Amino acid sequence: MRRNIPLIITFITGMVLILGYFVTRGPLHTLYESFSDYFAIITVFAFILGGGNLIKVHLRRIANRAKDWRYSMVTMVGFTVTLIVGMFKIGAPGGWGAAVVEPESWLQFIFDGIFTPLAATMFALLAFFVASASYRAFRARTKEATILLVAACIILLGRTPIGGWLTGWLPPELSFLDLPNLANWIMAWPNTAGQRAIMIGIALGVVATSLRIIFGIERNYLGRDE
Amino acid sequence: MRFPEALKRLDRRIIFLLIAASVALPLVWKPQFDDHATPIVQAIYDRMESLPAGSRILLALDYGPSTAPELDPMAVALVRHGIRKGHRIALFTLWPDGLGQINKITDDTIRAEFPDKRYGADYVNLGYKAGGGGAINTMMVNLKTMIPADALGALLDSLPMMAETRSLSDFSVIVSLTAGDPGLKEWIQFAGDIGGIPVMGGGTAVVAPELYPYYPQQMVGIMGGLKGASEYESALMLGYPDTERLEMAATVRMGPQVVSHVVIVLLVILGNIGYLLERKKSIRR
Amino acid sequence: MNRICLLSMVLLVGLWGLFPDATAGQNATAATSWFDTNRLNTFVLVIVLTGVILWFVAAASSGKTFFIRKIAGLETVEEAVGRATEMGKPILYVPGLNDMDDVQTIASMNLLGHLAKIIANYESTLYVPVRRSLVMSAARETVHQSYLSAGRPDAYQEDSIYYVSDEQFAYTASVDGIILREKPAACFYLGSFYAESLILAETGNSVGAMQIAGTAKPPQLPFFVAACDYTLLGEELFAASAYLSKEPRMLGSLKGQDVGKAVAIVFILIGCALKTLEAATGNEAVSRFSEYALWLFK
Repeated sequence: MRRNIPLIITFITGMVLILGYFVTRGPLHTLYESFSDYFAIITVFAFILGGGNLIKVHLRRIANRAKDWRYSMVTMVGFTVTLIVGMFKIGAPGGWGAAVVEPESWLQFIFDGIFTPLAATMFALLAFFVASASYRAFRARTKEATILLVAACIILLGRTPIGGWLTGWLPPELSFLDLPNLANWIMAWPNTAGQRAIMIGIALGVVATSLRIIFGIERNYLGRDE
Repeated sequence: MRFPEALKRLDRRIIFLLIAASVALPLVWKPQFDDHATPIVQAIYDRMESLPAGSRILLALDYGPSTAPELDPMAVALVRHGIRKGHRIALFTLWPDGLGQINKITDDTIRAEFPDKRYGADYVNLGYKAGGGGAINTMMVNLKTMIPADALGALLDSLPMMAETRSLSDFSVIVSLTAGDPGLKEWIQFAGDIGGIPVMGGGTAVVAPELYPYYPQQMVGIMGGLKGASEYESALMLGYPDTERLEMAATVRMGPQVVSHVVIVLLVILGNIGYLLERKKSIRR
Repeated sequence: MNRICLLSMVLLVGLWGLFPDATAGQNATAATSWFDTNRLNTFVLVIVLTGVILWFVAAASSGKTFFIRKIAGLETVEEAVGRATEMGKPILYVPGLNDMDDVQTIASMNLLGHLAKIIANYESTLYVPVRRSLVMSAARETVHQSYLSAGRPDAYQEDSIYYVSDEQFAYTASVDGIILREKPAACFYLGSFYAESLILAETGNSVGAMQIAGTAKPPQLPFFVAACDYTLLGEELFAASAYLSKEPRMLGSLKGQDVGKAVAIVFILIGCALKTLEAATGNEAVSRFSEYALWLFK
């Protein structure tokens, strides 16, 4: 029974969500609309689980002076300060009754002054990593790699004004070789075709995986072995 | 060390330094590049132009602070265009981080550049709603079930521009600026396809290729990355010359993008020269 | 399994009676039907596809074997674990950034189960930093069961699977820190990823780790292909669990998926032919037939 209960719950939930998509009214439709609310509520409670685990893991590292315990200290200080400042709405003109994020609150300061620059910095790392990955990966080893390399260069140049400057002198009969036009053609045709093919394959993969899970054929995610 | 080996073993920190220089230096010397809107971006501009004054537009800022440098210029350009045309703009987001972006656009663009525009009559902040496609689905049937009040707590029925709005179908167009899920794809699938509402928008350069299959049947147009934003700004400056005096963030940021793209292309070519020389040497051996 | 399905259907009908009809009391005219006819074509496709997949599952159960092509990334999983054991370095597993409501995360959990069993046998160290609390619970249960079934319950360390942060780049920064400090010999990125995919992959590359990635997010595939040793493209991520387990019913479902793809190809070819014919001839009958075919899929 302990093995079967999760499978029954999975099957019922799966069938309700599939059938509820096609049913316009009645209890099934109500259930279909309710399940996504239930999931949202469960994930909110799951925050407590995650937060608790975070505190436990890092406090243990600090207490045992384990490897890199100082980083755990930074984590705990950041976590605690943000939690207290946000929960008690410190600095917010409206006090405890104010909105979660008020322009003059300390939480807004943490968001604008610490969180936003840090998130933007991490995202900005992509620029450096794109360059190093391109330098390493775009080598004309095979025919396919050469096509990839040429397409990448066309897109890199064509998606900037310099592409137009480099090939703008071409006569109208050869305007199809204009870098921006070539870049747009690659995006609109081969890229779109490839994206659609991958999307269809993924959709079918999702359907097959979902059916395996709903019908209990695939059970590893439950931690159960067949 | 021989040249091909040196190229093969090029320390990635040298690449990082070159990229840093290629981004930082143009920010100092501020090169300007002329740009023009490609058809896929021009379609968005033309749709905004063709709508009669007073049209209700839903502008969904479905992104957070990490992608704001790429998507904020689009939001600013769209707001500037919409308000100049006399449209009424409802700002909304499906991302929790998006609330901060809405506040920024409202404070730095709408209130700063259009102080005569009234909150509730010309623009409104509908805030954030969780649920992605599910939320859009509900808003398609009954908007006020999902959003009974705006982000400041005022009932939508008390706001002049939203009093007679029943569902998303009462908007002339939905514009979504997206950095991922949920975003433009969900708006197309749940509002555009099912409700027949025109949907258009913009996405980061990474997300935009995934959205091209929806153009032009299911999506009016799309701005892809900073280039797309720059194209829209150039269309705006062409149509409204008074906007040339304003700071156009995407146009300014195109300088670093152009230089860094050229540097990357040169690095790729250099890497291939080294690879080909090494291959030639090993064939000779 | 049949008994479970039957019991579930009985419970479903019972639940139907328990929940109130939220639409009762509204002005429902006689014309309002239970079924959304706008979604009829989708319903038909769902029935057909489900039927095909279940037919192949049943065929596999009865002993029929199917050919599945080799997937390079999955063939090297054991090699990656062996490499880590020899070097005395840990293995990093990143199950993606989405929650358990994403099929990619469930597929990743299935793969984690298989990998954990191999790791338990090789006595390597596994780190699984997660972005969502529910994923942490599921991953712990999965890995624990894998260690149990490998006969190594003593080797299981609960704290090696831990929650980091819900914020995307905070999580990315933390995982990057683990990669740079712990220097894993093998990194697995399997699940749903966004902009951080290249950041993770390049950081792993900088420490010389063997990297196997897989995602069904098309925009992230090029980054993984460029930076990782092996990449599972889209549906290969969903096929991975069936591929590794070699369980006949799961392999049968892969075949059903392939039939679905064949049907899609046929319809694409028919659509292309119709549109080409319409453009070439301008024939009204062809044009009307083409419009009708398009309407079928709206």
